[in-house]
Amino acid sequence: MADANQIIDNEVKSNDVVLFMKGTPQFPMCGFSGQVVQILNYLGVPYKGVNVLEDETIRQGIKDYSNWPTIPQLYVKGEFIGGCDITREMFQAGELQQLFADKGIPVQQSA
Amino acid sequence: MAMDARDIESMIKAALPDAVVEIRDLAGDGDHYAATVTSSAFKGKSRVQQHQMVYAALQGRMGGALHALALTTLAPDN
Repeated sequence: MADANQIIDNEVKSNDVVLFMKGTPQFPMCGFSGQVVQILNYLGVPYKGVNVLEDETIRQGIKDYSNWPTIPQLYVKGEFIGGCDITREMFQAGELQQLFADKGIPVQQSA
Repeated sequence: MAMDARDIESMIKAALPDAVVEIRDLAGDGDHYAATVTSSAFKGKSRVQQHQMVYAALQGRMGGALHALALTTLAPDN
């Protein structure tokens, strides 16, 4: 069995924007994951969703990886940005949009 | 499993003695809370670090006994 930490590290480093979540971007299985999906979709940012419900080792492993006890978890260019609360706060303050711009990730915000 | 709001507050205050803690029970089920924590210990820390300090104060209950705690952290004067 592949090491969960290695799988996570690979996902985080090989995708510009990764969301570890419960369910999928099409069918979020938790309201908190759903909120982050809505924000990312609103901004039109390309991202990969990793469904932690499909793999218990990833579900636990991601919490150890970031020293963060909850899901969802958003990573941009290898950096842990935060969970639902921080992502929402940053979005509302315009900081998330700035972060994507600074990291060279295209934002296609539809009014 | 659920946690009482007073237990959440006292655990946060045990770790961050100057913290001002406001807790709202969102669903009335003792399992979905929103908390605003203000502490000078947050000064100069990133949001992720501030939240990690609160989670550390809860000693592993977050994500376990405590399913949902919507968290807002503030340093005084900002």
